[in-house]
Amino acid sequence: MTSTIKRGVSLYSFQEEMFLGQMSVDDCVAFAASIGAKGIEILPEQNIPNFPDISDRDIAQWQEMMARHGTHLTCYDMFLDTKVRKDRLMSDDEQVASIRRDLILCNRFGIRNMRVLVFVRPDILERCVPYAEELDVHMGVEVHAPWHMEHVWILRTVEVADRLGTKHLGLLPDMGIFMKNYPPVFRDRFIRQGARPEVVQFILDQHAQKIMAEYTIYEVAVKMKGNKAEVAMAETLRHHPYANPRRIRDFIPYFRHIQAKFYEMDADCTDPTHAYEEVIYELVAGGWDGYLSSEYEGNRWVQDVQPVDSREQVRRQHVMFDRLIAKAQARIAAQPAG
Amino acid sequence: MFDKYILVDGSLRETADGFAFDAMLGYYRGLGLSMIEDLVVSIDGDPVSRDAISFDEGKGPIALDDMEQAYDRRWPFGNKATIAVKRPEALGAGDHRLSLKEVLRISYLPFPLVAEDSKMLTLAPMAAA
Repeated sequence: MTSTIKRGVSLYSFQEEMFLGQMSVDDCVAFAASIGAKGIEILPEQNIPNFPDISDRDIAQWQEMMARHGTHLTCYDMFLDTKVRKDRLMSDDEQVASIRRDLILCNRFGIRNMRVLVFVRPDILERCVPYAEELDVHMGVEVHAPWHMEHVWILRTVEVADRLGTKHLGLLPDMGIFMKNYPPVFRDRFIRQGARPEVVQFILDQHAQKIMAEYTIYEVAVKMKGNKAEVAMAETLRHHPYANPRRIRDFIPYFRHIQAKFYEMDADCTDPTHAYEEVIYELVAGGWDGYLSSEYEGNRWVQDVQPVDSREQVRRQHVMFDRLIAKAQARIAAQPAG
Repeated sequence: MFDKYILVDGSLRETADGFAFDAMLGYYRGLGLSMIEDLVVSIDGDPVSRDAISFDEGKGPIALDDMEQAYDRRWPFGNKATIAVKRPEALGAGDHRLSLKEVLRISYLPFPLVAEDSKMLTLAPMAAA
């Protein structure tokens, strides 16, 4: 079988260089195109300074930029400021109105996928489904660590989608839920902040055995009298589950886009942390045809000691995507028919 | 995520009634001003009172208490804003230790997001009138 998985990039990946004024949005898109990552995911609240007042002229400029680079817009990352007021939370009506505003913007941009923050309530999204259907935008709830595909909060959205029989509400997995190995960039940053080698090794050993986070945190914080960096390192375990990659195939009908989170790619184009080989096999075997959209988030872990090179990191991830898709296809082709 | 960059080098300057400097929002997207819960400033180790501080992202100076209701203004991603501090006595030319803590009300987080930076900045003598 030939996989129809497509490759793209979220502009989130270039946050370091964009923040520092070293890359413009146009530079990011040009780079993505140069490595064959033709799908561009945007964060309007990051990439459009006059958000939410977006004119037709602004949209025409984005579309011209996409045409010039041979790219297209794949996904719109929405936010919902339920705490916009200090004195009270947004009412339900206000939340629906804010999401509807984003759906309309998606439609104006010609974007058919909207990343919905994981904290948005399923009953609020249910009220937005008629707008999503009318505007033809898929609302994908971001399955972000420490949630995972089968977390009951996530299943509530699946239940709403099933009950309504809608194709415009579902999920949007973030690959951070598949953290198989402890990230070397996390480890090294905590060592620079004063974590002692024997405590670091203890945390790594505990993680390698997949011991539940609370045991490790108690050992480090109380029994080992861990310092601030050591306790912080232990606490990272609380937010990074290793969900079972085999389960993702069951949810293929509910997602059309993936945020391909990573913290670091090695020089040989492997991710030392996430279970991409296992996940990509399931996606290929399940015939999934959406976008793997790079989401590089390693800048904050290395910027204290070295210049960040988001372009090289993203490039390596795309080499990995091609390699792992081909490998999955070969593995499937070698399986006996039946 | 961007803490070490939020105080802008070379931006410390004297004003008619105190001093001012430039800062960046320590967050990966822009944010409405009403969600900037606090800007905590200290100079040479001395805390500055909240009511001595004003903020300007380009639409005019606004007091921190008034920012809480500024629902139509945003601090865009990657953009400098000016933070001005009223102070009775001049800072004086030379090096000063400036610290800034941004406390941000991020709706999807259970706790406020805090970005902090502290830098030694050099105050140039005021240009002769």
